[in-house]
Amino acid sequence: MSSVKLTTAFGLLGGVFGILLGCTEPGPDIPRLSWYVFDEPSGAFVQAAQRCGEVSQGRYRIELVPLPADADQQREQLVRRLAARDADIDIIGMDVIWTAEFAEAGWVLPWPEETADQVRRGRLTSAVDSATYRQRLWAAPFTTNTQLLWYRRDRVDVPPRTWDEMIARAEVLGGSGAIQAQGERYEGLTVFFVSLLASAGGSVLGPGGQGGQTVSLEEAPTRRALEVMQRLATSPAADPSLANAREDQARLAFETGDSSFMINYTYVWPSANANAPHVAEHMAWARWPAVIEGRPSRVTIGGINLGIGAHSRHPELAFAAATCLVAAANQRLAATLGGLPPTTTALYDDPQVRDTFPFSAQLRATLRDAVQRPQTPLYADVSLAISHTLHPMRNIDPEADVTRLRAAVKRALHSEGLL
Amino acid sequence: MSRRGSAERRLGLLLCAPAIIAMLLVTAYPMLYALWLSLFRYDLRFPDERLFIGIDNYLSVLSSAVWWQAMFNTLVITVGSVSLELVLGFVFALVMHRTLIGRRWVRTSLLLPYGIITVVAAMSWRFAFDPTTGFVNVLLGLDGAWLTERWSAFFVIIQTEIWKTTPFMALLLLAGLTLVPEDLLHAARVDGANARQRFFRVTLPLMRPVIGVALLFRTLDAFRIFDTVFVQTRGAQGTDTVSLVGYNALITRLNLGLGSAVSVLIFLCVLAIALLYIRGFGIDLTRRRKR
Repeated sequence: MSSVKLTTAFGLLGGVFGILLGCTEPGPDIPRLSWYVFDEPSGAFVQAAQRCGEVSQGRYRIELVPLPADADQQREQLVRRLAARDADIDIIGMDVIWTAEFAEAGWVLPWPEETADQVRRGRLTSAVDSATYRQRLWAAPFTTNTQLLWYRRDRVDVPPRTWDEMIARAEVLGGSGAIQAQGERYEGLTVFFVSLLASAGGSVLGPGGQGGQTVSLEEAPTRRALEVMQRLATSPAADPSLANAREDQARLAFETGDSSFMINYTYVWPSANANAPHVAEHMAWARWPAVIEGRPSRVTIGGINLGIGAHSRHPELAFAAATCLVAAANQRLAATLGGLPPTTTALYDDPQVRDTFPFSAQLRATLRDAVQRPQTPLYADVSLAISHTLHPMRNIDPEADVTRLRAAVKRALHSEGLL
Repeated sequence: MSRRGSAERRLGLLLCAPAIIAMLLVTAYPMLYALWLSLFRYDLRFPDERLFIGIDNYLSVLSSAVWWQAMFNTLVITVGSVSLELVLGFVFALVMHRTLIGRRWVRTSLLLPYGIITVVAAMSWRFAFDPTTGFVNVLLGLDGAWLTERWSAFFVIIQTEIWKTTPFMALLLLAGLTLVPEDLLHAARVDGANARQRFFRVTLPLMRPVIGVALLFRTLDAFRIFDTVFVQTRGAQGTDTVSLVGYNALITRLNLGLGSAVSVLIFLCVLAIALLYIRGFGIDLTRRRKR
């Protein structure tokens, strides 16, 4: 009797082992690469990681480590690990504004020239620039993003060309909150300012640019940008909670149908179609309004690039995996599933991508002229200085604040004192 | 001391030792390390440029308008929330103490907000006061954007704090109320004291130490307020608190020296508040019960 029991027990054990072995198919000896990236809800990144693992034929497998959706919080979590030389970080989904900081601190590895050429080829120049610091490539451009002007076709027949024109027309249309924008004291306010400043022909840092570390903020364009901000915030057409609005508050307000104009990223299009079809059917898009008549706007570029952690155990494999992840097929996946615009120029003519982004022509044109946020290792400080000085926008005094802003950015570049 | 006494004493120390060692490891070490870091110019991004600068970080913080502004804001929030919490907490405690029917229901419903995570409570109130998604404006027939003006933002922050932590205050005060002997109240009544006199002349004086402890705990908590402000305004509209200033320097700007100096200064403020209360209320935290 006991032998019967034993046989069943062994049989069971064997079965269990069989199942276990079946589950761990890739085998424990295949190196696992960790990809730290924001938790993309559609699953496009997971699919891309899986695909690349399969294509590698057992050289590596990629595991996603999800980070928060908010870029500031992603950075906070990453930098502490990177500064502590965490060897688990192989591939990093880097926001475009981290390039200089991570490169200067030695937290990411520069791309070897041969592979760098491969990932640069056929990409939008502005996306490549966002991953470049001191003439070297520190990350492979993956997805990009920028803002467009969204408006109500049923109320506005021709989209406004300039900010002044838009504010004037919104005031005629009436109703508070006719224009939705981002005015909270956070990164979005810096983005807004940088876009306005570049559209007015100015720049935050001097021509030395990368690592040059001099404040530019030319008098005339800076004042012009501040005038637009102040005019918008004090206009009856602005939303009463502009000083507390981020991208998502703007989107929600536009989806109620009361607003006629909105400055926002491309994710508002699928969102409106899903949540507010009655608004989406009247929704149209155009290029961001210009600041100076006849001079096309220059809008801030966003998106993520893939960098390789400096303390990775498998840097070669990580470079290979990142090269695979940023390939056109995976960008298409990220675009069609996740709504993230691609960095490869040719994809903007791809029928699938065009289906997702009916505005792909405007998007590509905007990205071609896009402006970078200041490429300095002290970007976090500079951005805090800008958003803290210019908030709330309704209290901006264009004359006096040019000087204040310059002083604040200068202090930030020297990382002096509290901000 | 007898031999037995000293042996017991040694045993007592031995039994305390694990707790003391754990406390030293998890609190004393980081505190001393922060003190050490605050004497350096030290940025996590440029570890090679670390430089001893003495008290320069402290001078920089103390001469900054940002710090004093944040200190003022923190005090506004602390005084505003703690004083109202004390009054409301007393009302709640008396209701919980005196209620006869549905005692369990009354207590549970009064304590409910304390069980909600601060971030969630702060988010809910942020949405409640939002002109687009909120119900507060509809209820009051207003159309202001509360979180975009300084004093209305303070109002929202303080009322969130009150809503969230009054139950804590009430709980401590309830414990104090049960310590007031019924006989004493009866005796006072027999002597002709009315309800008001009984409360102010008998109950309150007897509860003095408990009130002191409750105020101390809440003031220390309120002074270090972070999450509610972070969620509702991120310190905008002039609602920065000292903890947010420290967070910006330490976590966002990775400026370990400056950030640690801010942390040490906050610690000193907390220490000062604690001493003030202990002196003012005569709270003896080490007092043994006399029988």
